[in-house]
Amino acid sequence: MRSNNIRAAGVWLLAAGLPGVAAGADYSLAIEGHRFQPATLAVPAGERVKLVIDNRDATPEEFESHDLRREKVVPGGGRVSVWMGPLPKGEYGFYGEFHQSTAQGKLIAK
Amino acid sequence: MLGSALIVFREVLEAALIVAIVMGATRGVAGRGRWVSAGISGGVIGAVLVAVFAGSIADAVDGRGQELLNASVLLAAVVMLAWHNVWMSAHGRALAHQMKQVGHDVRAGSKPLSALALVTLLAVLREGSETVLFLYGLTASGTDGPMLAAGGALGLAAGVGLGWLLYRGLLNMPIAHFFTFTGWLVLLLAAGLAANAAGFLNQAGLLPALSPEVWDSSRILSQQSWLGTLLHILVGYDDRPMGIQLAFYLVTLAMIYGLMRLFGSTGARRPSPAGQTA
Repeated sequence: MRSNNIRAAGVWLLAAGLPGVAAGADYSLAIEGHRFQPATLAVPAGERVKLVIDNRDATPEEFESHDLRREKVVPGGGRVSVWMGPLPKGEYGFYGEFHQSTAQGKLIAK
Repeated sequence: MLGSALIVFREVLEAALIVAIVMGATRGVAGRGRWVSAGISGGVIGAVLVAVFAGSIADAVDGRGQELLNASVLLAAVVMLAWHNVWMSAHGRALAHQMKQVGHDVRAGSKPLSALALVTLLAVLREGSETVLFLYGLTASGTDGPMLAAGGALGLAAGVGLGWLLYRGLLNMPIAHFFTFTGWLVLLLAAGLAANAAGFLNQAGLLPALSPEVWDSSRILSQQSWLGTLLHILVGYDDRPMGIQLAFYLVTLAMIYGLMRLFGSTGARRPSPAGQTA
């Protein structure tokens, strides 16, 4: 109930007419057996990128990247999208916070 | 076990430090224990709800539900902290003066406790929901139950312990400067939370970054180090901030400070109700 209220408030807050800056191609990433597939993903530098993360495990994971300043919970069996960029050329590490020993990957912007 | 303890500790720490600051800022107020406890309980219930509905939240609003929820929770906390500080700048001087005269805390019941209880609730809700998800994942993947419980309890105890240390440290401040100091803490905390909210709104694709990286101080003080983590929670330190985050930080700081000055000067001219109680 409370989460719905807060969510509704947030939607209302943002419906005020911010321009949609989200655009660009989709790139996909899967989580399976607490690992990222592929573990290394190439994306174009200098443009906005939408990363679609598919969690094939039954357990939740948190996609987190300090390099990309991104953090997002991916529910078990769920799919989420993360927008990023435009990124300068370079490598950006990311990991699954809930299974850091195995869930490691990097994004290469070129 | 240590792995789960560490993750729970990291999640609990932010909420614990915020609760410590709230406890410091409500020093001398009757009934604050009840309010803060209610905030924590409400936060735990909210955290479980958010965790249970994580799937539908993530799918909501075109896949932006999670970011919008996080940003809304953070911004609501910013508004409550701002309100508290503005109130304090109008009444705090009289409160501190009276505490100094009687040599101990006074019972002034008129402080806006509900605002800070809500801050507590929001902090626990946000950090708690990730802890619940993490622990649920471990349970579901068949990790040993007692070990899991022990790790979680250890992490929780360590986080709460650090919060308690901060609170004790705050109480050691001389009363004359106490509310000035907690006021600054609350101000910087609010600015940091606003910058965090900007990060989520950018992640949702709703705000431009302005600049992907205004500076990089990760070699001097990494945000992932313990000191960096603490400073990130307390004053919003970021080793590689986006332009929009810096803008949110500075605008929040300036707006709250401006309101404090505005109401502080009018409050100083007439005796405040808080100064006349007890």
